Amino acid sequence: MRIGVVTFPGSLDDRSALRAIELAGGVAVPLFHGTNDLKEVQAVILPGGFSYGDYLRCGAISRFSPIMESIILAAEHGFPVLGICNGFQILCESHLLPGALTRNADLHFICADQKVSIENINTPWTRGYKKGQEIVIPIKNGEGSFQCSDETLKELEDEGRVVLRYVGKNPNGSRNLIAGISNKRGNVVGVMPHPEQAVENLTGPSEDGLMFFSSILKELVSK
Amino acid sequence: MAIIVVEVMLKPEILDPQGQAVASALPRLGFTFAKSVRQGKRFEIEVAGEPTAEQLAEVEKAAHTLLSNPVIENFVVKVEK
Repeated sequence: MRIGVVTFPGSLDDRSALRAIELAGGVAVPLFHGTNDLKEVQAVILPGGFSYGDYLRCGAISRFSPIMESIILAAEHGFPVLGICNGFQILCESHLLPGALTRNADLHFICADQKVSIENINTPWTRGYKKGQEIVIPIKNGEGSFQCSDETLKELEDEGRVVLRYVGKNPNGSRNLIAGISNKRGNVVGVMPHPEQAVENLTGPSEDGLMFFSSILKELVSK
Repeated sequence: MAIIVVEVMLKPEILDPQGQAVASALPRLGFTFAKSVRQGKRFEIEVAGEPTAEQLAEVEKAAHTLLSNPVIENFVVKVEK
């Protein structure tokens, strides 16, 4: 099972994502922003980092890279895509996901182990979790405050498309404590916290994040 | 030569923590005039000669697709000489 991870200029967590895929038992395929070649991968991850230096707005310039043309087209036909942190920002800028990520309410860059609850297990990336399960994975961002219109918020909640929610104090001012969402179909998921940084006890706060990668692999095998 | 200016502001309903931080710094310096502050972006685009209607329409399009994020921001396009 081949899962791709896109490296943009300024990506930071691409190697961690590749490693997480391998730890879960998949074949990790590095992809490059400058071509539209998806190298026959069956799912793709947009990793965290500061693509294009976060210039203009986070993810705004990456969204127009050649690889994103292929990903947007494929995603509209059900291809599984996971955006983590900067990847989530790119998915919002691409309009594959609604809303936007804005400056944290207290203006601080936050780097912490964060408790989140799994709200939606009807996505290929979260099917292995239990609904309501609480996990601890890192957050590390300066612009992680999820904002959207009242109608969009209602739509996300009514359709059960909130995938992850912060537990406890709101770390960044996100509406309804939203830490991750999916598109209508469920194949495109964006999360602000970093599951790929919580796949081994040696290097992360837990192994809670590994199930994102095991879930997609299981999904692809069963197809 | 003229400059086409695009000004981008967060929509009024979107929280602007940067503007709030500026607003709370002002009185510390003795400036007490501000009821609130919102912070935005300004793009100055140089074009040769007088901007044509087509150019302005193109800039409008660019402002909508790249320079602003319509989900959270509004923009205005104007010409400065």
